Amino acid sequence: MINSTVAEISAALAAGDISSVEITQAYLDRIATLNGELNAFITVCEDSALLQAKAADDARANGNDSPLLGIPLAHKDIFCTKDILTTCGSRMLHNFVSPYNATVVERFIDAGTVLLGKTNMDEFAMGSSNETSFFGDVKNPWNTECVPGGSSGGSAAAVAADLCAMATGTDTGGSIRQPAAFCGVTGIKPSYGRVSRWGMIAFASSLDQAGPITKSAEDAALMLNVMSGLDKKDSTSIDRPAEDFTASLNQPLKGLRIGVPKQHFAEGLSMEVEQAVRDALAEYEKLGAVIKEVDLTNSHLSVSAYYVIAPAEASANLSRFDGVRYGYRCEDPVDLEDMYKRTRSEGFGEEVKRRIMVGTYALSAGFYDAYYRKAQKIRRLIADDFDRAFEEVDVIIGPTSPHTAFKLGSKSDPVSMYLEDIYTIAVNLAGLPAASIPVGIANGLPMGMQIIGKYFDEAKILNVAHQFQQHTDWHKQKATAITAASGES
Amino acid sequence: MEWETVIGLEVHVSLSTKSKLFSGSSTKFGAQPNTQASIFDCALPGTLPVLNEEALRMAVRFGVAIGAEIGKRSVFDRKNYFYPDLPKGYQVTQLDFPTVGKGSLTVTLADGSEKVIGVTRAHIEENAGKSLHEEFSGMSGIDLNRAGEPLLEIVSEPEITCAEEAVAYLKKLHTIIRYLDISDAIMAQGSMRCDVNVSIRPKGTTELGTRAEIKNINSFRFVEKAIHSEVARQQEILEDGGRIIQETRRYNADKDVTTSMRSKEVANDYRYFPEPDLLPVVIDDEYIAAVRAQLPELPNARKARFIEEYSLSNYDAGVLVSSREMAEYFEIVARSSGDSKLAANWVSQDLLGMLNKNNWDITESPIQAERLATLIARIKDNTISGKIAKTVFETMISDKSAVDAIIEAKGLKQVTDSGEIEKLVLEVIENNPIQVQQYKDGKEQVIGFLVGQCMQLSKGKANPAQVNELLREKMQ
Amino acid sequence: MALDKTEVEKIAHLARLHISESETEEVTTRITDILTLIDQMQSVDTEAVEPLAHPLDLVQRLRADEITEENQRDRLQQLAPASEDGLYLVPKVLE
Repeated sequence: MINSTVAEISAALAAGDISSVEITQAYLDRIATLNGELNAFITVCEDSALLQAKAADDARANGNDSPLLGIPLAHKDIFCTKDILTTCGSRMLHNFVSPYNATVVERFIDAGTVLLGKTNMDEFAMGSSNETSFFGDVKNPWNTECVPGGSSGGSAAAVAADLCAMATGTDTGGSIRQPAAFCGVTGIKPSYGRVSRWGMIAFASSLDQAGPITKSAEDAALMLNVMSGLDKKDSTSIDRPAEDFTASLNQPLKGLRIGVPKQHFAEGLSMEVEQAVRDALAEYEKLGAVIKEVDLTNSHLSVSAYYVIAPAEASANLSRFDGVRYGYRCEDPVDLEDMYKRTRSEGFGEEVKRRIMVGTYALSAGFYDAYYRKAQKIRRLIADDFDRAFEEVDVIIGPTSPHTAFKLGSKSDPVSMYLEDIYTIAVNLAGLPAASIPVGIANGLPMGMQIIGKYFDEAKILNVAHQFQQHTDWHKQKATAITAASGES
Repeated sequence: MEWETVIGLEVHVSLSTKSKLFSGSSTKFGAQPNTQASIFDCALPGTLPVLNEEALRMAVRFGVAIGAEIGKRSVFDRKNYFYPDLPKGYQVTQLDFPTVGKGSLTVTLADGSEKVIGVTRAHIEENAGKSLHEEFSGMSGIDLNRAGEPLLEIVSEPEITCAEEAVAYLKKLHTIIRYLDISDAIMAQGSMRCDVNVSIRPKGTTELGTRAEIKNINSFRFVEKAIHSEVARQQEILEDGGRIIQETRRYNADKDVTTSMRSKEVANDYRYFPEPDLLPVVIDDEYIAAVRAQLPELPNARKARFIEEYSLSNYDAGVLVSSREMAEYFEIVARSSGDSKLAANWVSQDLLGMLNKNNWDITESPIQAERLATLIARIKDNTISGKIAKTVFETMISDKSAVDAIIEAKGLKQVTDSGEIEKLVLEVIENNPIQVQQYKDGKEQVIGFLVGQCMQLSKGKANPAQVNELLREKMQ
Repeated sequence: MALDKTEVEKIAHLARLHISESETEEVTTRITDILTLIDQMQSVDTEAVEPLAHPLDLVQRLRADEITEENQRDRLQQLAPASEDGLYLVPKVLE
């Protein structure tokens, strides 16, 4: 059952074929077997998980039939979880036991889910390979010599390896979609403002957005139903009527207008990925969709603009980590400046420090207009490109990443790592929703396809993803390396 | 060479909201350290700000009161610097789009003339916490109760030309803020703080000289003294051929000098950028109109009304409206006693003198407005004379009993019984034959002396008008 | 734009990061590389473009002026590296 979708587990729980305690125990056993190798979890909450599972079973016995009741999940370690270690993948927070819950966490508690643990991630979500975590690399369950992608690499790997039924992730420049693509799972970054950021440790406030990582589009819809909605504690959270994202999953795609951005099929895209996405587009045509080329003229500037805006916001967001009120403090500081500098230099890893430096530079006197303001103007151009494209199409489809998962340690210079997110970053700058779903396998590694929608058009994206998954089975393919290693199906 | 001084003031006022600017923590004064510091105030990771509507309304209230442009779209920015009492490592403030834009204050100077001083802007920002330096060997203690409290920073144009004007501006600002009830504005408690920018230039020139900023002055008197001392310092340097360094200074009241606060820290670079956790604050004309409609009567309008309604002199009206509480006190006294002229005299002279002597604020006055009104009413209805009233007033400071009870108990009631007054008059006529003769010979002014004698004899209790009348009658 | 060592030190100080002598060169190179990537955007004329701070053109929600927080000092100070008498302790703050 652990390799089933949330929808399937939910049905089995409802039918009484299995209890939440049983499925929770099965996941805990699987974590015990595989986490040593994958390093997908930083913290496993064995005792509390079983208690929550028992409580879910009791609630069910008392008539509670909420769809996610008793479903075991994992949270990216960027979400504050009350009384549970919350590290954000950093030494800075290696001892931080949060005194409060993120809104996302609270909503999953209210939905009756079972928290298995906290997943590994790039430090402060800064990375595309999960190699910047203070708690070590996460291995790709399809090939443990490869990265799982990042920054939500632990969540994607955990879902792919059946260490949990579903997981949360966050996406600032591709951090849900790229690991979803590398691990062969489904992930969606909702529209900016759709999911509350309260309790989600900030990387870049105007770009960060939480979303689901699951085994199917239907599961993503189920998670999004729980996660999304107004939260008055987050000023950027959007007040919109509640929506059931599962409602339109089965709408036929006849007449759907799919935009294909020529910039996403240009130099740098691997042949395998291009072929897989083109095959998928052919599948959509069979389902009655119409393909149309669109022009995202300024998309080549998205990485540049992003690496100003995100580090600038991060440089301020990370100033609170100063060794005064919580978290790491260096040993025996000689004075205040020494405390600040050593605490922050010892507490943060290289990539985080690099981005703080870039952001600090971009905001410093004399450079604000040339960098931050300029980047915000580019951001407008990029958003306008999408607005124009969406006048003619309903969704935009292309590759999530230019290639499949790369080898651990193979990208040592930051700039080449940054270019990993070339197709995903523009979406964050524009604040749009976008999913990545599995679309093929090459050399034993999965590939992902990105589906971008209009603002608040998550339901349409999920509909488009679900219909594909009804007619193909790429999302059902299992991570081979781990399946072999664990000797289990 | 003759010099002229250019002064600009930056005044920080703590807005008296119940909760903080961006969190639901209490702002109550005097709580135990860190008991009013929530997870947001302590900048725990993942916490986010939401703007307090009352802080915004108070800022707009101020803006409307000084006739300022109101920013219909104001934007919060982050000002980045590290300090242990600044938990987030940035202060949320408003740089380019403040809630309150250009306005002005009209101040009255010592010679009675008026001057309009421009207000450049007023913006909303967060307060920092406090660092406590004593008691912890080699360490400082940080209290975040104050962190995140709402401040309004009011920036004047550099149009103030001397210390006296600066103080007049500050006092006017203080009065308006108190009228608006948006802050306690108590300098000694830090709910109003003042930074003074001072520069001097050769008289008649227009280019601004290099300025020094004197930080955190906490009384009107020190503002005045600090400016005098700083102007003298700059003048001496320039006259010796030196140059003024742009820097932050501190006023040392004991030595009456300003000293440099320069540390080895290189020039600050605050790296302002729009606060991405907050959205632009948008207010419409309707909002502004509603705030305007709720404005209390402001000092200038009240002064005009006092002159008109109570026939007060320009000076008396000015004194009475200088604080909202005093103006309100006066109005109660005037209305309840039915004599606005007497009320004005008593409030602006006797009451104010008594308060000043004891260093009391009018809100701490041991004599409530209603009691003072009763006292005046007793003068009006001839129960006591104006002179006796002063004695009763003195008693009222410590004796909380009713005015009539005090008059009764001390036997101060004015004698109006014509029989008793006749006795007095006859006795005085008998004892002062020379003066009586003089009166009869036409020396009219002698009557004053004779009335005085009667009053003395009655220990001040006789009704002087009655005495006067009866004396004339008996001497005819 | 190429950075020099002094600038890197200045930025590191602003960000309160310590960069050792031996790291400076590598850090300088890396950041220069990143700035080169960033500078690609300088090729576009954005004179007439309005900056976009937030993806959605929304306005700030306001909160009622109510006290909703309780004293959590003891709980929060358990997280603190050093505290005494209810205060967070830091090396002496020099004014």
